[in-house]
Amino acid sequence: MEVLLGITTSTSTIVVASKAAMRGATILKTSDDKTIILNPHTLMAFSGEAGDTLNFSEYIAANTALYSMRNDAHLSPSATASFIREELARSLRSRKPYNVNLLLGGVDPISKEPGLWWLDYLASSARVPYAAHGYAQYYCLSILDKHHHPSISEDRGLEILRMCTDELQRRLPIDFKGMTVKIVGQEGIREIPWDMSRPIMAA
Amino acid sequence: MSRRYDSRTTIFSPEGRLYQVEYAMEAIGNAGSAIGILAKDGVVLVGEKKVTSKLLQTSTSTEKMYKIDDHVACAVAGIMSDANILINTARVQAQRYTFAYQEPMPVEQLVQSLCDTKQGYTQYGGLRPFGVSFLFAGWDKNYGFQLYMSDPSGNYGGWKAAAIGANNQAAQSILKQDYKDEISREEAIQLALKVLSKTMDSTSLTSDKLELAEVFLMPSGNVKYQVCSADSLNKLLAKFGVAQPSTEA
Repeated sequence: MEVLLGITTSTSTIVVASKAAMRGATILKTSDDKTIILNPHTLMAFSGEAGDTLNFSEYIAANTALYSMRNDAHLSPSATASFIREELARSLRSRKPYNVNLLLGGVDPISKEPGLWWLDYLASSARVPYAAHGYAQYYCLSILDKHHHPSISEDRGLEILRMCTDELQRRLPIDFKGMTVKIVGQEGIREIPWDMSRPIMAA
Repeated sequence: MSRRYDSRTTIFSPEGRLYQVEYAMEAIGNAGSAIGILAKDGVVLVGEKKVTSKLLQTSTSTEKMYKIDDHVACAVAGIMSDANILINTARVQAQRYTFAYQEPMPVEQLVQSLCDTKQGYTQYGGLRPFGVSFLFAGWDKNYGFQLYMSDPSGNYGGWKAAAIGANNQAAQSILKQDYKDEISREEAIQLALKVLSKTMDSTSLTSDKLELAEVFLMPSGNVKYQVCSADSLNKLLAKFGVAQPSTEA
């Protein structure tokens, strides 16, 4: 029941992850951050098998940091996506593959173009205008399909996100304890508060 | 026992020198020279072809200029058999990078990886260093057009204009005098040909003694590596007035 969402706007990419850390039907933590900053303009959100997610994400973060240090230049989001895909593809064919699904959001430091990549544990990688992982796909993709357009402003992106989180609150059988909302913009990555205390009536 | 510090590449002499590396650089001083000039809209590479025998079937393509990837080319001075090995590793590195990141390898990274290979042979014993100097011309999205020079020790640096091979010091000093920032590709070609006309042993420059290659951006934004044909090279030589025996030299 982990929720990952991503929405690109004309200037930025919004990356969203649910705050609940779950084991089976039990919620262990309500302030889990399922995102990791890879470099000043790239953010990755992850879900999947509990140990795998953090281990793989930290491996990717360490390698992108190493690249930045060695080459005095940050990897572009698209290059990072290709690198992650290759690592997932290698892992998939190993004795114990990582069970990790990812969203990669970023703004290209040179072209200033926002981008979003959808990656799963089978090493699929697709550049998409909006994305969701897990059950959130069933509820959010139709909303995003109806309302999203590449030229939307960041504020409009957040309005559409509100529609998505309302729908998730309405439909998902388990409370996912709110959302971490991070925006990769032209000036870097920032987190914004996301209020989900408003009661949503079930349909 | 004067050969005590000569025979192994990995041993410092008491004066703190690595003789084998210095000899390798010496070897390059005998090879045909090459000049690279950075212009505002591209990079120009000019090389001197040493005509060893008129019986030799001259290769139809270039013998000193090599394309490493779509966005990088190099000019070679030194032992060609050594250079072929390094060019091959450079091409493999470039493709590995593209495979991993789905974008072209930054030029400096490519140069650095090649120089790491070169450096290895000055430290790990039993082998001789590569007797090759390179000029790398390339373009990447981070730093635009770039020109790098590397030597057998594994040192490299970015240059606005550089010369390797025979008479490189003379060429370097003329370049230092005549290079201006923000020159166009055409001016760079003119300067390179002028320098070669002064530093080459032969009295007149002809297309069969020269190679000219350019790296530039096409209107589409793609990087283009272009080797000048013999015909157009002769036209350029005539246009810049360096085809005749140089009177100033």
